[in-house]
Amino acid sequence: MKMNTPVGANALDAEPQGVVGKPLDRVDGRLKVTGGARYAYEVQQGPAAAYGCVVEASIGRGRITSIDTRAAERAPGVVLVLTYANAPEQGSGNHREAHPVLTGPEVSYYGEPVAFVVAATFEQARAAAYLVHVTYEKASGTYALRPNLERARSPRGSDASPDSAVGDFVVAFAAAPVQLDATYTTPLQSHAMMEPHATLATWDGDTLVLHTANQMLSQGQKVVATTLKIPQEKVRLVSPFIGGGFGGKLWVNADAILAAIASRQLKRPVKTALTRQQIFHVTTHRSDTIQRVRLGTDRDGKILAIGHDSFSGNLGREQVFEGAAIQTRSLYAGANRRTRHRLVPLDIPVASSMRAPGEAVGLLALECAMDELAEKLDLDPIELRLRNEPTEDPERHVPYSSRHLVACLQEGAQRFGWAKRNPKPGQVRDGRWLVGMGVAAATRGNPLMPSKANVRLGPDGIATVKMAMTDIGTGTYTILTQIAAEMLGLPAERIRMELGDTLFPQASGSGGSFGAASSGSALFDACTGLRAKLARLAGMDPDAASFADGRIAVGGQSRAILDLVGADGIAADGEIEPGDTLKNYSQQSYGAHFAEVGVDADTGEVRLRRMLGVFTAGRVLNAKTARSQAIGGMIFGVGAALTEAMELDPRFGYFVNHDLAEYHVPVHADVPDVDAIFLAELDDKANPLKSKGIGELGICGAGAALANAIYNACGARVRDYPITLDKVLSALPAQT
Amino acid sequence: MKQFTYERAASPEAATAAAKAGGRIIAGGTNLLDLMKLQVETPSQLIDINRLPLDKIEETPEGGLRVGALVRNSDLAADPRVRRHYGVLSRALLAGASAQLRNKATTGGNLLQRTRCYYFYDITKPCNKRAPGSGCAALAGFNRIHAVLGASDQCIATHPSDMAVAMRALDAKVETIDAEGAERVIPITDLHRLPGNTPQVETTLKPGELITAVTLPPPLPGVQIYRKVRDRASYAFALVSVAAVVEAEGGRIRSARLAFGGLAPKPWRVLEAEEKLAGATVNAAAFDASATAVLAGAHGYGSNDFKIPLARRTLRAVLAEATRT
Ligand SMILES: Cc1cc2nc3c(=O)[nH]c(=O)nc-3n(C[C@H](O)[C@H](O)[C@H](O)COP(=O)(O)OP(=O)(O)OC[C@H]3O[C@@H](n4cnc5c(N)ncnc54)[C@H](O)[C@@H]3O)c2cc1C
Ligand code: SF4
Repeated sequence: MKMNTPVGANALDAEPQGVVGKPLDRVDGRLKVTGGARYAYEVQQGPAAAYGCVVEASIGRGRITSIDTRAAERAPGVVLVLTYANAPEQGSGNHREAHPVLTGPEVSYYGEPVAFVVAATFEQARAAAYLVHVTYEKASGTYALRPNLERARSPRGSDASPDSAVGDFVVAFAAAPVQLDATYTTPLQSHAMMEPHATLATWDGDTLVLHTANQMLSQGQKVVATTLKIPQEKVRLVSPFIGGGFGGKLWVNADAILAAIASRQLKRPVKTALTRQQIFHVTTHRSDTIQRVRLGTDRDGKILAIGHDSFSGNLGREQVFEGAAIQTRSLYAGANRRTRHRLVPLDIPVASSMRAPGEAVGLLALECAMDELAEKLDLDPIELRLRNEPTEDPERHVPYSSRHLVACLQEGAQRFGWAKRNPKPGQVRDGRWLVGMGVAAATRGNPLMPSKANVRLGPDGIATVKMAMTDIGTGTYTILTQIAAEMLGLPAERIRMELGDTLFPQASGSGGSFGAASSGSALFDACTGLRAKLARLAGMDPDAASFADGRIAVGGQSRAILDLVGADGIAADGEIEPGDTLKNYSQQSYGAHFAEVGVDADTGEVRLRRMLGVFTAGRVLNAKTARSQAIGGMIFGVGAALTEAMELDPRFGYFVNHDLAEYHVPVHADVPDVDAIFLAELDDKANPLKSKGIGELGICGAGAALANAIYNACGARVRDYPITLDKVLSALPAQT
Repeated sequence: MKQFTYERAASPEAATAAAKAGGRIIAGGTNLLDLMKLQVETPSQLIDINRLPLDKIEETPEGGLRVGALVRNSDLAADPRVRRHYGVLSRALLAGASAQLRNKATTGGNLLQRTRCYYFYDITKPCNKRAPGSGCAALAGFNRIHAVLGASDQCIATHPSDMAVAMRALDAKVETIDAEGAERVIPITDLHRLPGNTPQVETTLKPGELITAVTLPPPLPGVQIYRKVRDRASYAFALVSVAAVVEAEGGRIRSARLAFGGLAPKPWRVLEAEEKLAGATVNAAAFDASATAVLAGAHGYGSNDFKIPLARRTLRAVLAEATRT
């Protein structure tokens, strides 16, 4: 089906079984905790695999003048050393089109693979990798964003338009009685997912099979085919379990291509995993940003002009920019608006999507600016947001598909005890802690992607669902199980989910918060088809039939479904395509974050004390996995606010702290009392499930709530994330 | 990781003889193995000392404790005698690393763990400690975690241990045995060296010399505090840490012992700062004077400038807490 019009009442609304929405435990949970879930690196298939280890370029930009592989080749266990001298010619393109490796002596970023050493064991490969002796002729490179803003250009050919304008921002801002003009910076970040990028490559004749950690298999299949110059049908990606991605595994990385090439040359399976240190440079990251936010209001706080400019950086040949100003196009009312994104071409590793690309860092700026503005206006920050609640999308002039930001703010305020906040900074003390509260709005675009599914009900009463969908740890297996169970009137134990294989119908994959909606809608469509077939066999009206407890019923009549299935089983295909509702409605999920932090009055250490997120994201498909996603996102926001930053050393063009000892993600002790709730909502313009994306909403705005709480606690308004103690030290009270 | 041979030492004497002949002692391995994977350390032989009988905590005739070199950080922190009489040590241990690491990490290995300087960990970067004469990448680089005291223009790395800072405040002594079988006792203040022109030489131990135990003198009177300031609530090294044993009564400080982590290439102690407090009235001016003495000559290198005011504030807070009535 194509989402051209609102879906109206449908089978899910009736919910005779009530499975959808239940906090069902993960159906793959047992496999995971018992080690039965095999991740790419753990797969054994065919003859014993050889193991590969990447050798990274240790310069930022320049040319290889020599590679001496002799010592490596002689090292114990080594069977192959790939360099540009013996690597095949490959297809090219940006990182969403192709991922060629070892293409020549040119080095275009630090960590770019310059060799791939393959041996009988990983340890042997790694030891031999150190024996590859590379000499370089260094060229001067451009590495840091801030000193190179004059090189910024308007990005072209990216999916979002870099600029937007309504009315006359410049004039309206200049004339506004109250003005806020502030610049914020956010740092380079690494996805830091748990499972490293890993691949097992095998060739079955001329067909390549990659067991690989990849979020979007159908896209990945294309990228691999383009890179290796083989037909897409000759590439199979298998990825039933993925240990987190956060966007770091959206596209194809060097591990997959290197393993594929080596396996072809060696005629045996080749396995590789990047080390944690390598992940920081060899794969993608989130760009740093420099964002200027300007808000002009009347004396009552009504926005007259809203402007958001953002700079980000990327490797010269890439077009992807960090869409930090995109949410500013639809979050608040205001007649005069302007957003601009500029991209600075750099000689650093590829910047790409990381959890909530755009909003995750854009709201760190915008929602902090709203807090600053509220103070200027002497308004409660929630009240300021209420006064700027739009009635339609202020740029596109279309209605919202659904929007309950106000309800989230109000419900959250009440639950969190917002009324107890002292608006004056630095007033609340608990022992050595200065305590403050902050609020921020959450919003995240709600995309839908084409997806297909197949469902087959067998004579054994098991319904098997197949799709090239992935579960990156979010709970996709579980919510899809719930949808199928609900639609077919079967218990969840009767649903078998087969995901993660490009042999199955093409699916959206996981990313951009579109996974559940897209794959779930395709499955819904397939189940609708199957219901119609069953109803016809039962001689019942498919639209009137209800499915529960293994039976199909209309009125007082009912039949056991199994009696209808027959010896061969019965199957149906389903499909979802985005359509006009994306054009005709402005679609976002919304929420509000409330944070209470303590700032150590002596040292400036900031510690979260408690946090609440209140969200609306359409139909919640599983209360438990949804809450986990929201909380996980909020914790991501805690890291963005307080600790996470890759430090660039512009002398080398590399990220200095490239390991998890010094790239600080939050640990358990940083995350005390965090809760998330969802308010009831159904969005019938979004998709047939009436759900909206949840995976990224939790991070959006979360960090800004902490930043605002820090200001409230101690009066330090830090506009340079992350807010480490050195940045608040000077604002602390004198010691007595 | 380079190929290496592995040998289990049968006795302390055998371990030290093998170490002198070029082998590398491995205890918990939590630091050494990481460095080997990155080829920062490339021993050709490992000498495993884990089965040696060096894992006891015993009382000494003087009324102190003798801690075997193989006592795990977790066990030392949890020992009731340590908790009761050497609270500063127990707290310092628990402030370090993670529970899993502390279960493996040993007393000897913790003392001899190497710096966490980012550039030291990456063999493609200049580093005088790892590759003498290659330069110091941290000096003009990103040096947030580096030293502001005791550094040289050859190396500005810190010693990362928490445990050692508490031991320094307690005036612990390190017992060793060398390849000739000779035993000696090294005051902890003399164990670690400052970098000077030879940052690769980190201790005063002779080649192969094995740490067998650390002795703690009899318990000190007073309040014991370990305050660790760090970038996240757990599992991060100290930006600044203060180990303090302070005895005060009636608004006067009788004595104070202060040692600092995160500031210098070794656990840092400035006797003058303690003398300034002995006999002083409890007040902010006295605390500040002590901090001034600690930080005399302190020098930041850019990203770590903040450590100087941070150390002052942290010390003042610790002293205020220690003397609160
Ligand atoms: C991620 C991470 C975070 C950490 N955080 C902290 C922290 O916050 N605070 C902190 O203090 N520490 C921290 N640590 C470091 C940890 O405390 C040390 O790794 C540990 O104490 C080392 O002990 P070990 O027994 O494992 O030493 P090993 O790794 O076995 O050895 C370390 C060194 O000591 C030598 N050696 C060991 N025993 C002897 C002996 N008896 N005689 C002579 N030489 C010997 C070895 O040859 C080697 O050179 C952290 C470590 C990691 C990996
Ligand atoms: S500070 Fe010391 S350890 Fe770090 S790079 Fe410089 S010389 Fe090496």
